[in-house]
Amino acid sequence: MNQRSEEPVLRTADLVAGYQVRRGLLGRRAEVAAVAGVNLTVREGETVCLVGESGCGKSTLARSVVGLLRPRSGTVLVAGKDTAKLDRAGRLELRKNVQMVFQDPFASLNPRMTAGELIAEGWRVHPGLVAESDRQAEVARLLAQVGLNPKHAGRYPHQFSGGQRQRISIARALAVRPRLIICDEAVSALDVSIQAQILALLAQLQEELGIAYLFITHDLGVVRQIADRVAVMHLGQIVETGTAEEIYQQPRHPYTQALLSAAPSVDDWTDDYTEGIVLQGDTPSPADPPSGCRFRTRCWLAEPRCATETPELAERGGPHLVACHFARPTVPT
Amino acid sequence: MTAAVQARRVTRMRPRAKVAAGILGLFLVCAAIGPLLYPYDSVATSVADRLLPPGSALSEGGLAPLGTDQLGRDVLAQVLDGARVSLLVALATVLIGGFAGLVLGMLAGYFRGLTDTVISRIGDIQLAFPSILLAILLAGVLGPSVLNVIIALAVTRWVIFARVVRGSALETRDREFVDSARVLGVGHLRIMWRYIFPACVQPLLVAATVQIGLTMVAEAALSFLGLGVPVDQASWGATIANGRDYLSSAWWIAAVPGLALTIVVVCVGILGDELRKVTDPSERERA
Repeated sequence: MNQRSEEPVLRTADLVAGYQVRRGLLGRRAEVAAVAGVNLTVREGETVCLVGESGCGKSTLARSVVGLLRPRSGTVLVAGKDTAKLDRAGRLELRKNVQMVFQDPFASLNPRMTAGELIAEGWRVHPGLVAESDRQAEVARLLAQVGLNPKHAGRYPHQFSGGQRQRISIARALAVRPRLIICDEAVSALDVSIQAQILALLAQLQEELGIAYLFITHDLGVVRQIADRVAVMHLGQIVETGTAEEIYQQPRHPYTQALLSAAPSVDDWTDDYTEGIVLQGDTPSPADPPSGCRFRTRCWLAEPRCATETPELAERGGPHLVACHFARPTVPT
Repeated sequence: MTAAVQARRVTRMRPRAKVAAGILGLFLVCAAIGPLLYPYDSVATSVADRLLPPGSALSEGGLAPLGTDQLGRDVLAQVLDGARVSLLVALATVLIGGFAGLVLGMLAGYFRGLTDTVISRIGDIQLAFPSILLAILLAGVLGPSVLNVIIALAVTRWVIFARVVRGSALETRDREFVDSARVLGVGHLRIMWRYIFPACVQPLLVAATVQIGLTMVAEAALSFLGLGVPVDQASWGATIANGRDYLSSAWWIAAVPGLALTIVVVCVGILGDELRKVTDPSERERA
């Protein structure tokens, strides 16, 4: 039902975003680039998973894409338009196109608004979407669409369970008919069985409506279930990106390999069980990242060259993009 | 919100809140019509009836149900008459000061940055003065009248309200559900009204209940200095100040208006608590 245009729904170019911190009482303000030059593309109707450990800048990236955080440099293009150069009408259009589902369903819904008010709120901002007289019916339709009882529109968030609240969040996002929904750890706070239900709902909605997802998670099980493409993030940069198949079958960046080996797998008990890769040391601070390759301080392949030459994200003779000097075309198992 | 739901909310008020509302209502009725039925005259002194305890007979045959003061004036009449001024000044001051504090505190906490710096620093400067000094200055400049007392006290009180509101607004503005509204494109005004304001109500009410009592006392201090309400007008604060010198010999002069003040403050506190429960959907269930 959706036409695939050439222009991706979301494209970031050399996006840098972060926070200011003050060092000491009177110290100068220092810039922490939690996102340090990210190029990421999400095409119409696809699911891109952004994975990485805590503190690698995933959420900062999400916040700068939806406009909660102003990027330091670089550009965010939504449907081909630079979000930094929008007028008021354009900004509203952006709000409509890109929606977000938050991590904690207990914190992301205003406790003083009913489910119906929460879902209908978008139409106050974008009155052209649904006529005043149709709103009640549209709320009921959306509730049904996300698998809730349409009669519960008058209930408050505390009368719903975590999974149900997340469905309300999804309905609230769907109400403005977005082309991209950013799910920032949207199922991490839920029980595994509820997770599966929400993921199935998201997949079903994608099929029906052609929505694209940028799914941010640290849970590789979730990634495997839903991703079309995967981008692996480390300390503010994308170190490897490819289709889900490519990343899972042939991880080429040592960080991706370490990440995958840390994920529990149902095959662990079989004979081909391989020893997990355990990284030494702590993640360096994004306020003071290592020179060259940002992973080199914890990498077992690191050589002097890694400290001086920053590896670019490139094909390097393989099927997908990777940012490592020593990425081989395929990984021997 | 349908009328039926609204009605159910009111009837669901708990008994003690109903009692508190009833008592406050009674005080308001007394303030309105009491002095008509039981008049008080500040210049009608009777030296023969000085410092009579509650229930004493007066020299001209009447009864002083709550005793008389050092000039032989009836304490009950003073309290009834004083209720007008005290309730009016306290409620008006807290409403005006509370509203100004709410608006400025929300602006400071929500927008942060320069807005916050300007509002908070003005507040700090003001807090550096003893508030009664500032009230004396203002009342002195404006001249003694009920309206001017309200203005002078409201100016000294807004900072306290602004502070508690700013704290709540600061804490709420970064909550996830506020971010979700921003992502939808909801405007500042609506975010402040539907998202930030409800979180500020409770601390504001707590501050207000405390301030109602303090305001009555501050009004008394101003009246005592001749900068408050005109001397021919009774007020609870003025009567308490009067009776302070006679606490050991005639406790009722200060105790009766003091008790009235205490009852009002407690009732306001209970009602404030109830109001919070009514406005919070998750509390409403448990009530």
